[in-house]
Amino acid sequence: MIRLEKRPQASRVWSLATPLVAVVTTMIMGGLLFATLGKDPVEAILTIFWDPLFGEFAFYYRPQLLVKGAPLVLIAIGLSLGFRAGIWNIGAEGQYIIGALTGAGVGLAFYPMEGWFIFPLMVFAGALGGWAWAMIPAVLKTRFGTNEILVSLMLVYVAEQFLASMSLGLMKNPEGFGFPGSRNLQQYASAHNAEIVTGTGMHWGVVAALIAVIFAYVLLNRHMLGYHIRLTGEAPRAARFAGVRPARLILFCLGASGALAGMAGMFEVSGPAGQVSIDFNVGYGFTAIIVAFLGRLHPVGILLAGGLMALTYIGGDIAQGNLGLPSAAIQVFQGMLLFFLLALDLLTNYRIAFGKPEVA
Amino acid sequence: MKLTTLFASAAVALGLAAGGALAQDKTKVGFVYVGPVGDGGWTYEHDQGRKAVAEEFGDAVETVYVENVAEGPDAERVITQMALQGADLIFTTSFGYMDPTINVAAKFPDVKFEHATGYKRADNVSTYSARFYEGRAVQGTIAGHMTESNIIGYIGSYPIPEVIRGINSAYIHAKKVNPDVEFKIVWAFTWFDPAKEADAAKVLIEQGADVILQHTDSTAPQAAAQAAGNVITFGQASDMAEYGPMPRVSSIIDNWAPYYIARTKAVIDGTWTSTDTWDGIGPGMVGIGEISDAVPAEVKAEALALKDAMAAGEYNPFTGPLKKQDGSDFLAEGETADDGTLAGMNFYVEGIEGSIPE
Repeated sequence: MIRLEKRPQASRVWSLATPLVAVVTTMIMGGLLFATLGKDPVEAILTIFWDPLFGEFAFYYRPQLLVKGAPLVLIAIGLSLGFRAGIWNIGAEGQYIIGALTGAGVGLAFYPMEGWFIFPLMVFAGALGGWAWAMIPAVLKTRFGTNEILVSLMLVYVAEQFLASMSLGLMKNPEGFGFPGSRNLQQYASAHNAEIVTGTGMHWGVVAALIAVIFAYVLLNRHMLGYHIRLTGEAPRAARFAGVRPARLILFCLGASGALAGMAGMFEVSGPAGQVSIDFNVGYGFTAIIVAFLGRLHPVGILLAGGLMALTYIGGDIAQGNLGLPSAAIQVFQGMLLFFLLALDLLTNYRIAFGKPEVA
Repeated sequence: MKLTTLFASAAVALGLAAGGALAQDKTKVGFVYVGPVGDGGWTYEHDQGRKAVAEEFGDAVETVYVENVAEGPDAERVITQMALQGADLIFTTSFGYMDPTINVAAKFPDVKFEHATGYKRADNVSTYSARFYEGRAVQGTIAGHMTESNIIGYIGSYPIPEVIRGINSAYIHAKKVNPDVEFKIVWAFTWFDPAKEADAAKVLIEQGADVILQHTDSTAPQAAAQAAGNVITFGQASDMAEYGPMPRVSSIIDNWAPYYIARTKAVIDGTWTSTDTWDGIGPGMVGIGEISDAVPAEVKAEALALKDAMAAGEYNPFTGPLKKQDGSDFLAEGETADDGTLAGMNFYVEGIEGSIPE
């Protein structure tokens, strides 16, 4: 008989090993899935994981990894702070949208004036927008005890309506023949989040993501606030005795994750996307939740996980084009990754035991 | 090294390879889709066109596609990916792919691009679209006759000229055969979202609509109408014949196959040039699906006569006298709308209630 036995202490080995085992298991099961679809499983897995990094056209895909991964990492870092303390911001997608709108709004307001100060102002406005949007569930929770999961999630749909309204109304390109969507910020030098070195994919959002990783690491390991965050998540009762003020922590965690998500939206709208459009958001805010957990809520882990997710997106599109894999199969493949991670996570706290339980 | 230089050298390398070992080998045609090929509507029909190309040219052509590509940076990456992998001709089949297509086309001057429903062109970028509003005229005629509640529900996707044109055309022709008709319009702000589309249909049916017209791509509104009973619908983009004879009484079918075959042939022959194509019922880009027996014979005859008149070029759905919603003049008696006006249409005609969302 197989049963699960609770470990006296969480296993450190398994805590580090589960992401790797999950990736390997996903490759095996994904390979089986691709094989049943009549594709060569080895070729498919290689196309997804190898081609973007070392294939013939890697010179183009490697920079794209940064473009795709940066917003994921930036958002996931913010989310991980709250997740560690048991504060669940599920609405990063909404904060991302609002940050893009406030950031782009500032840029468009200055059009066609040129000036060095415009872009920094947009970054600030983007962060502020995301922060303010996250303050709604934060304040409602601290004042009225509402559930931040529901409130933050519902606000995503409100933000999407704002986005549609802005694309069709206030921010619509006056030279766009009546079609929705703002001016393209890529064609407005002062507001363009251009590549810092051409051809590298390295734009300011990537820099911000790397800085966020370092700050989060220092905060969690060297700072009192980080200690409080960890303590609240691991031992809420002890945290109260240690003098943690929950309300302050909620405001900080939601605010920080909102600001980072808002900045991610701003960097995206002024860079790779270029314009405010109805379909601007493509789910980074939700995917970042997966990235945060895949990275074990650890800053360095999140950095790696963000890269991995970006890889599966880019490699997945290559596999579609080259091998004719349906996009649904790629999505199943990505879903497997989270599924196996969560399933294997069990092994951190439990061990598999064989035989009958011993009578204590 | 600059990225453009890299692209150029990659293109040269590919060109050399093509000129050497693979001389005059397969022509590679790529398709970028906004939805899944199984959506039963817009993307499905584009994929039918792709299959027609594959069948027409056999081994001379290789077709590839990527589905579910989000508009924006992802689209730009996927289009670049196809160009890098040696595509000679790339069809980008959603309005939101416009700027990405133009951006990529600038980096690959030797690859030909075809963007559906947009307005930006370049030496190696053509645009193409269909005069769906001709189909809407037929739809409006049938809808006006068939409605008993005199309320026709309309599920809009995005308030862009193409969709507004369709609403106006359907309304003008419904009103012509039934002066009491009223349009209720719900904006779904999506091209493809079965859940949202079903909700929109249910709301319209609850408000008394017994005809549902849709400008979204899934079959969810058809299913909602079927469940409600006594509501008729029209297939959108694809025939959606599986919902006939009720609720689906007819359909507007996008038939891209002839165009895709012609453009692929032009690339093979080396005669491809940048053009702007806007074809309707006449050349066969817009098809009217079989009108089912749920429609009385005389209504069917009237609808088909209208279709034939448009196919022959004898009738333009936007023929005056017509006024705009605000009461100002749009077209004088006998005057027809020019393509420029139609392309940028951003107003309702007189009689439609409500305002276009901003």
